[in-house]
Amino acid sequence: MEKSSYYNPADLSKFGNITELQPELGKKFFDYYGEVFKEGALTEREKALIALAVSHAVQCPYCIDAYTSDCLQKGANENQMMEAVHVAAAIKGGAALVHGVQMMNKIKELTM
Amino acid sequence: MAASVKSLQGLQHQFGNPAYQLEVLQQPIQNGTHFPDFAEKLLAHGLYPLKPTGTTILQVNLGKMCNQVCRHCHVDAGPDRKEMMSRETMQLCLDALLLAPQITTIDITGGAPEMNQHFRWFVEELSKLNRQVIVRCNLTIILANKKYHDLPQFFKTHNAQVVSSLPYFSASRTDAQRGEGVFEKSVKALQMLNKAGYGMAGTGLTLDLVYNPSGAFLPGSQKSLEGEFKRRLRSSYGIEFNNLYCITNLPISRYLDYLVESGNFESYMEKLVTAFNPAAAANAMCRNTISVGWDGYLYDCDFNQMLALNVEHSVSQHIRDFDLTSLDNRSIVLNQHCYGCTAGSGSSCGGETLK
Repeated sequence: MEKSSYYNPADLSKFGNITELQPELGKKFFDYYGEVFKEGALTEREKALIALAVSHAVQCPYCIDAYTSDCLQKGANENQMMEAVHVAAAIKGGAALVHGVQMMNKIKELTM
Repeated sequence: MAASVKSLQGLQHQFGNPAYQLEVLQQPIQNGTHFPDFAEKLLAHGLYPLKPTGTTILQVNLGKMCNQVCRHCHVDAGPDRKEMMSRETMQLCLDALLLAPQITTIDITGGAPEMNQHFRWFVEELSKLNRQVIVRCNLTIILANKKYHDLPQFFKTHNAQVVSSLPYFSASRTDAQRGEGVFEKSVKALQMLNKAGYGMAGTGLTLDLVYNPSGAFLPGSQKSLEGEFKRRLRSSYGIEFNNLYCITNLPISRYLDYLVESGNFESYMEKLVTAFNPAAAANAMCRNTISVGWDGYLYDCDFNQMLALNVEHSVSQHIRDFDLTSLDNRSIVLNQHCYGCTAGSGSSCGGETLK
């Protein structure tokens, strides 16, 4: 099989195939996954927006495709979706920057 | 891309041809395989041949003329379409209804049905039959010309149920599907309908909205979207309505053209096929509806009508020969576009088919 990229969009629809090599754990995962995304204290749309933000944070192209489509399907608009991505960016950026305090502590420790 | 003001037929575009659309729907996909045949899919679930459960709705298409040229329109309607139902054919519909008391709902559609010069006469005559009359109003027609401004009052006088398309509660996505400025005009028209009592509690005047996705994705949960539409339309524009119907875009006509042109055809068909739900198929609207074309010919649904797929040959083909007993025993004509009505929670002119 010729392989031109590590990521093939067609593989997204084969996600369920992971159960072939470990049916029990795979099934438990997908049952859990299905339950997580059901309407609860959060609406399905809110959960889809969270998933979209996390998809960007973990930089998963499959997840970005899937949850862009899911957000549109659940009635989210472009502004909400981009704001969700900014939340991911803020946390990712903040997570880097907050370590600046650690750096500053170390500077203090090492310098006169 | 700016929306065209001409229909596909007016542009002599190949997707204006029903035979070509069917060819595209049935052609092999990129990897050389085919999407599973819809009839075989039904057969595998014990639903083939698909038979009526008893006709209770007559959907009458008054013509293809419309003041809008929407990008997803399955009718390929527009100002340049001249096909209009004559008063004689409308009379044949009325005659057929007198012989069929089991048909309790008459669903008037188009194009913009109000542009047919005999529309008001037809609604007046229908209201005398004491059945439920639905008018599929595109909203902007109410503002299109002074002669239409009194439509809310006309609908109210004849106790018609109004069903109107509004694909989203913002201008950008509504206008991308239905044309520049449509959202603003739709909001004004909805406010006029509310003023006449439509959608308002205690009036008994029903105003339902239709949501079609503005792109190559499926509609989400009807209940959830209805709540969001109600919240947004009320807080931003003071608009009230009764129900939201989520309708899946079927891959025919202008929507098929959009899918092919945007490179989304195969992935959209795959979504529909993957989401096939036998319970939705069992509740498909073609099982309780007969569709009448502008020229009086009969179809299993408005989509088959646009694909020139008439009801099967062994039963009455035209409203002048209307025989409900034989029609209720027909086999429904199927093709690959039918996957659109059987995906997920199902789709019909009344929204989801699984409640």
